[in-house]
Amino acid sequence: MADISIRDVRKSYGKDEVIHGVNLDIQTGEFVVILGPSGCGKSTLLRMIAGLEDITSGEITIAEKVVNHLEPRERGCAMVFQNYALYPHMTVADNIGYALKVAGMPTAERIEKVKQVASSVGLTEFLDRRPGVLSGGQRQRVAMARAIIREPEVFLFDEPLSNLDAKLRVQMRHEIRRIHNRVKATSVFVTHDQHEGMTLADRMVIMNKGTIDQVGTPEEVYNAPATTYVAGFIGSPAMNFLPGRVLASHAAVVLEEGSSLPIPSQAAQTMDGKLVQIGARPEALSLCRPGSGTLTATFEFYEELGSEGLHHLKIEDVQFSVLSENKMRLDEGTQIGVTIPQEALHIFDADTGRRIEISDPIHAIETA
Amino acid sequence: MRRAYFKNNWIAALVVAPQLLIIFVFFYWPSSQALYWAFTLEQPWGGGNEWVWFENFAYLLSDDRYWQSVRVSTVYALATTALAMGMALILALFADRQLRGYKSFRIGLIWPYAVAAPAIGLAFRFIFNPSAGVASYLNYAFPDFWDPIMNGSHAMTMVIIAGAWKQVSYSFIFFLAGLQSIPRSLTEAAAMDGARPMRRMMDIQLPLLTPTFFFLLVINITDSFTDSFGIVDTMTSGGPARATNLMVYKIYEDGFRGLDYSGAAAQSIILMILVISLTFIQFRYVERRVHYT
Repeated sequence: MADISIRDVRKSYGKDEVIHGVNLDIQTGEFVVILGPSGCGKSTLLRMIAGLEDITSGEITIAEKVVNHLEPRERGCAMVFQNYALYPHMTVADNIGYALKVAGMPTAERIEKVKQVASSVGLTEFLDRRPGVLSGGQRQRVAMARAIIREPEVFLFDEPLSNLDAKLRVQMRHEIRRIHNRVKATSVFVTHDQHEGMTLADRMVIMNKGTIDQVGTPEEVYNAPATTYVAGFIGSPAMNFLPGRVLASHAAVVLEEGSSLPIPSQAAQTMDGKLVQIGARPEALSLCRPGSGTLTATFEFYEELGSEGLHHLKIEDVQFSVLSENKMRLDEGTQIGVTIPQEALHIFDADTGRRIEISDPIHAIETA
Repeated sequence: MRRAYFKNNWIAALVVAPQLLIIFVFFYWPSSQALYWAFTLEQPWGGGNEWVWFENFAYLLSDDRYWQSVRVSTVYALATTALAMGMALILALFADRQLRGYKSFRIGLIWPYAVAAPAIGLAFRFIFNPSAGVASYLNYAFPDFWDPIMNGSHAMTMVIIAGAWKQVSYSFIFFLAGLQSIPRSLTEAAAMDGARPMRRMMDIQLPLLTPTFFFLLVINITDSFTDSFGIVDTMTSGGPARATNLMVYKIYEDGFRGLDYSGAAAQSIILMILVISLTFIQFRYVERRVHYT
């Protein structure tokens, strides 16, 4: 049992507070991905769990035990570092077996264990080499093996894939998921790559400037982003935003350029006159003849993505994109209609950026 | 590293000329003169010399006093190097842990490097003076405990401490830089692997410091063979009974006090060969094994 509980944790460097009261519960065996851009405090949070950074205030417990003042070695976590942090003067075998050596395991037993773990990640033939002669992917494996061999209750990953090339990154991602399914250790994985986050996570934690914006399964985060920040961060190409105002008389959100997007009248009543941000994912939209869609836009340029095409448009001065199987080529400046299905609409408070729930989005998608 | 190339070679020549001139005047010329003198017998008050081939060297190598000087020099070099590097390493390890106030310690520890050897010698002469210095309290408590004026090994100890103190700061700078160039994530990884600070030091920091260590070993040994004159001259003048008559000091004594120019020249050639070969051996055979790729 190694659930992690984070209670109102703050971190300051001098006067600068970088983590502003974070609360998070991670279940035993869960794979949680902490996602956010650089500087959002995600690595700092991970390092506080690991014990490499002091906790300014708040409490972190691992397996019901408060670990605030415990040394890293007393917390039962293993960590994979971004730059792998392999010991350059030791062989691969010594790197993998170092934790066991420190723990005082007899040499014969240790060597046996190292061999076993090395073969499980495909490193058997590299055991007596130094990390300096290995490729990026191999070093990554050594770092993984070094963490696995301790059979930790908690696995911490600090952007472990960001130094790899695209193909290797996908391979290692699958490898990590496979290892997790086998080992079943509680895992916390920090990354700025939303694809890694979406594909690996049981649950995702989206961080923004030292606070948590949303915690949820990848589907929840994608389908019902809690803030404009999450909505813009998750999903590729990024979600479109248009400013507008709710008018109860129209039972709609009226955009600046005049077109209106109908919403349930009950919802419109309760927030009559409110300034909002309308969000719509490019992949939920489609193109149509000018005048026939929800709104009209000016065509800017086209990107071919192979299976689909991405049309970049402009509505007033706002960038807008539509991702669809429609691959028609247009001239720059052409007027084109955009259809926005009601269930594809996300509405956010223009002041706070928080999501305003108008209907059950999951349900809406299913009926669509 | 990017290199700059000059099309106008005369500019390059002009720029390096002062440096080349200085090297020539203060190194190649005196060295070649010493080499010449080492093979001749110079009259004490001038007035011609005589080519004697290896006679000066033969005389030196059969002279017990010369071997005694080599012996004390070796003791001095090894002891100073060990003491200086040991102290520097300990201080650097502490400074690297970034405990409270480490920045002012760091500056304070680098300072001694800027102090001239004779000044250090004088200061330590006061400290270790058996009847007036700090050490006199020791003699008051334990009579005859400390007497560098009469006791050769006391004198040697004193010179070694002063010499080591002079070299600590230089090694400290390099050790600290070496420690700080070890990625923090390595010690963090070791901490995650369960190693305590002492263990991390032994397993991670010190092994990764070996290139710095060997570089400093070369520099320190060379330095203590060649750069001990100021300290010996101010503290003991080579005494008592030649107990601190290091090779550099003997060259000065024989040459300028004893007016044996040829013998002194031969000694400086031997010292030069010794230092060059030490450096060569260390860089060629030792340093090669301590690079990690």
